[in-house]
Amino acid sequence: MALKQTPSQTVGPYFAFGLTPEQYGYPLDDVAGAVMCGRDIDGERIRIEGRVLDGEGAVISDAMIELWQADAQGRYAHPRDPRGSNAGFAGFGRCGTGTDPDKRFVFDTIKPGSIGDGHAPHINVTVFMRGLLVHGFTRIYFADEEQANAADPVLTEVPEARRATLTAARGETPSGTIYRFDIHMQGAQETVFFDV
Amino acid sequence: MSTNESFRPRDWGTQPRYIEPAYKSTALRGPTRPLVPIRQSLSELTGPVYGHDSVRPLDHDLTKNGVTDGEPVGERIVVTGRVLDEDARPVSNALIEIWQANAAGRYIHEVDQHDAPVDPNFFGGGRCVTDSEGAYRFYSVRPGAYPWGNHANAWRPNHIHLSLFGPAFVTRLVTQMYFPGDPLLDLDPIFLATPEAARERLIAKFSIDVTEPDFALGYVFDIVLRGRGETPMES
Repeated sequence: MALKQTPSQTVGPYFAFGLTPEQYGYPLDDVAGAVMCGRDIDGERIRIEGRVLDGEGAVISDAMIELWQADAQGRYAHPRDPRGSNAGFAGFGRCGTGTDPDKRFVFDTIKPGSIGDGHAPHINVTVFMRGLLVHGFTRIYFADEEQANAADPVLTEVPEARRATLTAARGETPSGTIYRFDIHMQGAQETVFFDV
Repeated sequence: MSTNESFRPRDWGTQPRYIEPAYKSTALRGPTRPLVPIRQSLSELTGPVYGHDSVRPLDHDLTKNGVTDGEPVGERIVVTGRVLDEDARPVSNALIEIWQANAAGRYIHEVDQHDAPVDPNFFGGGRCVTDSEGAYRFYSVRPGAYPWGNHANAWRPNHIHLSLFGPAFVTRLVTQMYFPGDPLLDLDPIFLATPEAARERLIAKFSIDVTEPDFALGYVFDIVLRGRGETPMES
């Protein structure tokens, strides 16, 4: 090992014009936004929404959430996935929590399939904000995948009492299926963050 | 997949801690429970792919991409370097997203209430991509220092924010590049949150060779992402 890693630093309070400019109304196109699927993509349409809360339960309005997920067949749009991905689904989304009236992140995407090897369907999540010096890695699992979740090799590494922090509740609304997933940075319901 | 294709862990001797008392916002925002270690799967070994397709011709030139009726105010700089992994292998075709304050220390972001002037010819956001050798280059003006509310008379040192994906989900990095000799570095709780031995890796080096005559001062800033390790991954 010849070189040492560059240290992480906080994204700070002013990331929006650099990382989520379109969402916040700045004159630069977004690399990726919160609408992750176009009309031609196969899969069950879902909305993922939630809030990011600090140690006192206050809603954080300057966080940025990134999602990385497989397509409906469990394939990642990346050269290391030998199975390839269905065309047009990049599987990556970004949303700041500053533009929604309730300071939520709201993603429109498809429900991912299992990537195989006993993994339950899940979405990989990266969490950034002012006051967070190193981004957090977590995952969203789906409450209606109870059987698959019980066998998932990552979830089963998590102390049982904390697994619920990684599970999004499913709700049906007139506009479609919504999974709710709040991220608690601290407190009794502190979300599980991974060292990976 | 074979056992040698996973990524080395985050080096906690290099990375800042989540709770850093001197940086007050960490107190209620940094996770307090131990991180749960997990083995890398396809979810971590893959990651979003963004490269040349994501960048437009002026995105790497912050002295030009925000112009309305003239040149931005400030000391022009050119920043270059290489994105490498821990084994010094170049990370090619990698997107770098950039954002910074203007020369007066004011961000275009509407939340920034510092009363230094906005520069009508400077936006402060941009992007560039590494070439086949991992090299990148962008142009800007040197960002100014600005006050913040962390403690009495607190000022952030001059810095540029950089965001990279690298080859996988786990190589994601958001960092800040600082300037050599800045007297505010020794007073900045964000910079100082980094373990002492790793701090110099956040400071660019001035280079007369990179400096462009009659145009811009040159700085070199190499970025090292997590390398590939031998940790066995799930088969």
